[in-house]
Amino acid sequence: MYKETTLKKKITVFSIFALIPLFVFTAVVIVPFIIGFIMTLTNWNGTSSVFQFIGFNNYKAAFSDNQFWVSLWLTIRYVFFTLILTNIVAFFLALLVTAGRKGQHFFRAGFFTPNLVGGIILGFVWQFIFARVLVYFGKTWGLDIFTYSWLGDTTKAFWALVIVGVWQNAGYMMLIYIAGLMSIPSSLSEAANLDGAGSFQQLFRIKIPMMISSFTICLFLTLQRSFMVYDTNLSLTKGGPYRSTEIIAMHVYDDAFIYRNFGSGQAKAIMLFIIVSLIVTLQVRVMKRLEVDA
Amino acid sequence: MRNKRLNIAAGWYAGMSILFIIFIFPFLLILLNSFKSRVEIIRNPLTLPKTLDFSNYTEAYNRMNFSYGLSNSLFITCVSVLAILVFSSMLAYYLVRWSNKISSIILLTLVSSMLIPFQSIMIPFVTLYGNLHMLNSRWALIFFYLGFGISLATFMYHGFIKTVPKDLEEASLMDGAGRVQVFWKIIFPILKPISTTIAIVDVLWIWNDFLLPSLVLLSKEQQTLPLSTYYFFGKYTSNYGVAMAALVMAIIPVIIFYLIMQKQIIKGVVEGAVK
Repeated sequence: MYKETTLKKKITVFSIFALIPLFVFTAVVIVPFIIGFIMTLTNWNGTSSVFQFIGFNNYKAAFSDNQFWVSLWLTIRYVFFTLILTNIVAFFLALLVTAGRKGQHFFRAGFFTPNLVGGIILGFVWQFIFARVLVYFGKTWGLDIFTYSWLGDTTKAFWALVIVGVWQNAGYMMLIYIAGLMSIPSSLSEAANLDGAGSFQQLFRIKIPMMISSFTICLFLTLQRSFMVYDTNLSLTKGGPYRSTEIIAMHVYDDAFIYRNFGSGQAKAIMLFIIVSLIVTLQVRVMKRLEVDA
Repeated sequence: MRNKRLNIAAGWYAGMSILFIIFIFPFLLILLNSFKSRVEIIRNPLTLPKTLDFSNYTEAYNRMNFSYGLSNSLFITCVSVLAILVFSSMLAYYLVRWSNKISSIILLTLVSSMLIPFQSIMIPFVTLYGNLHMLNSRWALIFFYLGFGISLATFMYHGFIKTVPKDLEEASLMDGAGRVQVFWKIIFPILKPISTTIAIVDVLWIWNDFLLPSLVLLSKEQQTLPLSTYYFFGKYTSNYGVAMAALVMAIIPVIIFYLIMQKQIIKGVVEGAVK
């Protein structure tokens, strides 16, 4: 039934169903991706019509840019802390809102709320809290840690970014963990109850091993999101003070569009792509192996 | 025994309320302060406003061009999501029903393209479309959202369509209906659950997106809500009350959307992530 016999019919059915989406996808994703690779090997500045191939010079420039390494190391630390904290918080929120009590749907909806709002707005909301509310709090109650805005301090601004990242993503990951918890057959916990297993034992012996696939998804999503974070970074700290919170996505943006280094900026962007793909595939591979064992 | 159970319940509600307040507190704070004057905020950002004064809202509404931002965001989001639903479902249908080597290569390309972060292609993207003079237009932005949205949507439709039996289609093909008719009259209605999921995921993405529109939409009249909030806030950081009112107004549409669609949103987000 679905084998169009003549070439003309084949072409017709292809052009009706697949031509437009494939054209748009190619134009928007594939072509810029290929041009991006070419850009890293040339001295093209993005506007002139003449350019030469200059080999790996753009990569050399990227590698020798000290700020790039600072930014990359900052991003890795940011990803590490957000990844761990987000998933711990999300998992415990999921346990709490599946306890079978009245009102748990209300709490669930509340924890998810930050995910509805765009990163730009969330960043501004927290900018007000860190710069105004907490400082007021610190001065009135004499709490030294809040006396000066966290956003003006190079170490504390980093933690401000982590806090906002965890707050933003925990509710989203919570939903995925809830789905995982719900899919555990109730016969398992009934049997465990009969055998006298405590709730901690049930958590570590049954729930966590049964939920490895949820962990795979959540770690994957948190990794991807925190590696790419840009909006909240821009509106919360703008990379400051003294570029101390300039996460890699912002660094690439600034290098290309503010300092006009299209070549080295794109070389960094490609390196970013390679790093993220490697880490994400590695993570999913490792987790899949755990799933089989469990 | 009963006491112990009551205690656990009380503890649960107490703990949850504290957590809830921590999560919602940032939003409550900006709401409270959006009614205050600058002086009142500096004096104490934690008190309730003395009066319900909406003057910050009228000022923010006018200065940030809220009506432009809202209508642009609505237009761009609706048209882009509709386009993604229409074209991705058709592509997925084609890839499932006329499957061969090439169609599996296409699907694999779509799936692997999801690993490309936008930042890795934005520089060639901007130079390419800048040279083609295709930036600074809402229609161009919709075209770009379609391009970026196709891979995930097609992948999700593909998984769903595989489970749809061919019998119904074959019967109506026998009756002389064309391919296009069969798709729109029989297949597309069956896809409703997965279409809803995709629509929700994409609405949240496009509505809240900042980086792509900031690169594409250059004139003020075309700005989306995140863009106008960003530019407005940059100018008004010292006038806290007005800035807070702007944030509240930027959040309200999506909260209304959430209140109406809560069940579908939570379900859609989970399914969109797990698939």
